Amino acid sequence: MAELAAVVGIGQTRYKTRRTDVSIAGLLREAVDRALADADVTFDDIDAVIIGKAPDMFEGVVMPESYLADALGAMGKPMLRVHTAGSVGGSTAIVAASHVQSGTFKRVLTVTFEKQSESNAMWALSTPQPFSVHLNAGAGGYFAPIIREYIRRSGAPGDIGIKVAVKDRRHGARNPLAHLQLPDITEQEVRDSMMLWDPLRFLEACPSSDGACAMVIAAEDSITGSKPPAWIRGVAMRSEPTMYAGREEVNPQAGRDCAADVYAQAGITNPRKDLDCAEIYVPFSWYEPMWLENLGFAPEGEGWKLTQEGATSLDAGGDIPWNCSGGVLCSNPIGASGMIRFAEAARQVRGDAGAHQVEGARLAMGHAYGGGAQFFAMWIVGADKG
Amino acid sequence: MSEPQADVTVVKSPVYLKYRFTAGSAPARFLGRLKEGVLTGQRCPRCSNVYIPARGSCPACGVPTEKEVVLSDKGTVQSFTIVSIPIPGNPIEPPYIVANIVPDGANISFIHLLSECVNEEVHIGQRVQALWKPAAEWGYSMDNIRYFRPLDEPDVAVDRIGKLPVTGLES
Repeated sequence: MAELAAVVGIGQTRYKTRRTDVSIAGLLREAVDRALADADVTFDDIDAVIIGKAPDMFEGVVMPESYLADALGAMGKPMLRVHTAGSVGGSTAIVAASHVQSGTFKRVLTVTFEKQSESNAMWALSTPQPFSVHLNAGAGGYFAPIIREYIRRSGAPGDIGIKVAVKDRRHGARNPLAHLQLPDITEQEVRDSMMLWDPLRFLEACPSSDGACAMVIAAEDSITGSKPPAWIRGVAMRSEPTMYAGREEVNPQAGRDCAADVYAQAGITNPRKDLDCAEIYVPFSWYEPMWLENLGFAPEGEGWKLTQEGATSLDAGGDIPWNCSGGVLCSNPIGASGMIRFAEAARQVRGDAGAHQVEGARLAMGHAYGGGAQFFAMWIVGADKG
Repeated sequence: MSEPQADVTVVKSPVYLKYRFTAGSAPARFLGRLKEGVLTGQRCPRCSNVYIPARGSCPACGVPTEKEVVLSDKGTVQSFTIVSIPIPGNPIEPPYIVANIVPDGANISFIHLLSECVNEEVHIGQRVQALWKPAAEWGYSMDNIRYFRPLDEPDVAVDRIGKLPVTGLES
């Protein structure tokens, strides 16, 4: 890339089940205003707006970007909407970063959102198809069989998912923005919670949240704000078809390729050792060990061992904390969930993550996936330019 | 004077969408045979994998698939989940099993209901067969199959799931 780019402003809403006090536009504006203030800029300093969200069918608002243009200060400026299913928060950040890295714009505002209280994601993800039966099982129904296959082939103990569910909720209790606040959650509580999609229990699944996340990304010569910038050291996206014969669904090729690409850009050879922490898209507990393997933090079949020994836990003093913010398991405004991962990685290397700060974090990873685990977006951010 | 009213914060406004589906040649042939109670797939000329439902091309190789292959209504459970989550408006009462089933002769699974089984005994590699609705009820739909149910056959080894010929375990 020609230009060096950095995150100079981050704004998030508090994540909640229901934000009836604001419209969709108001929700976004809350995050945007905070990001602009964090960057110490105004709309006048923004060259372009890049917005992302999950399927329009969720809230039933078709092309929300057209009605949101004025609320996002996009009058007279280029505005672009991105959509890559659940990974959209990540890919939107990358589209924004790329417009700065390419030299097209000096400063880009990027924002993503979901207002799940106005939506029915379960049904929107279960639309009838003429050549398939209509089984209304939602995202959990799609991913549970893949998780079952992971458990079979890895021989992981049955309580690994429970451990992730507890770990991420305890992390989330350090983050005042997190939707679920469950500081006293126990493994027994998770075990006793209702089995929704066997082997996934209620407390092993993400909540439905309202919320928005925004960032200001600036070129090296346009850095503003009083906080240190988070330098973007690598960005990568990959996709693959939902289904093809012999597709590796547990450990998707697109995820492995995407990780290899982003690590090469950032000079990472051993992600567990080279990175200080990571914010990885884990909407269902078992995706932590699965992605630990897919992203090369552990050899294939051994990701669960890192979870088991506490390597990914901030509370246990693990060497590679994952999802210190509480992750998707604590907050899931779907369209924003990927960008929250990217933004939280940036917060860590800015030293601005509050009570869930990993001490001395210099290099962090943000990750998002979507569709049938077929769209991947990743970035590496650092306290140093590299 | 009317009673003071609470602030309006939410107004329900349902959206209904009906679509016309243009099947295209490959799905049209698939749905046509399905109406006759026959499962068909298409073989990729490059990788030889057989796809169901055929969409007219191989997503892995990116080449057209033109050759129809008749498949068995017997198959193997590749994976599954037991769905217990109550979903408002769902006509199927939980708990029910959604299984990824590979029909014999195909190399990819589709999802369908698995029933007439003890949920806790369902497992990867289990042999199953379609229970069809009466022929008079058949339409252009996978719903022609009411559900799959266990077959009294030995399990399929994991590395052979998705690789059985149309003759199943007999070959």
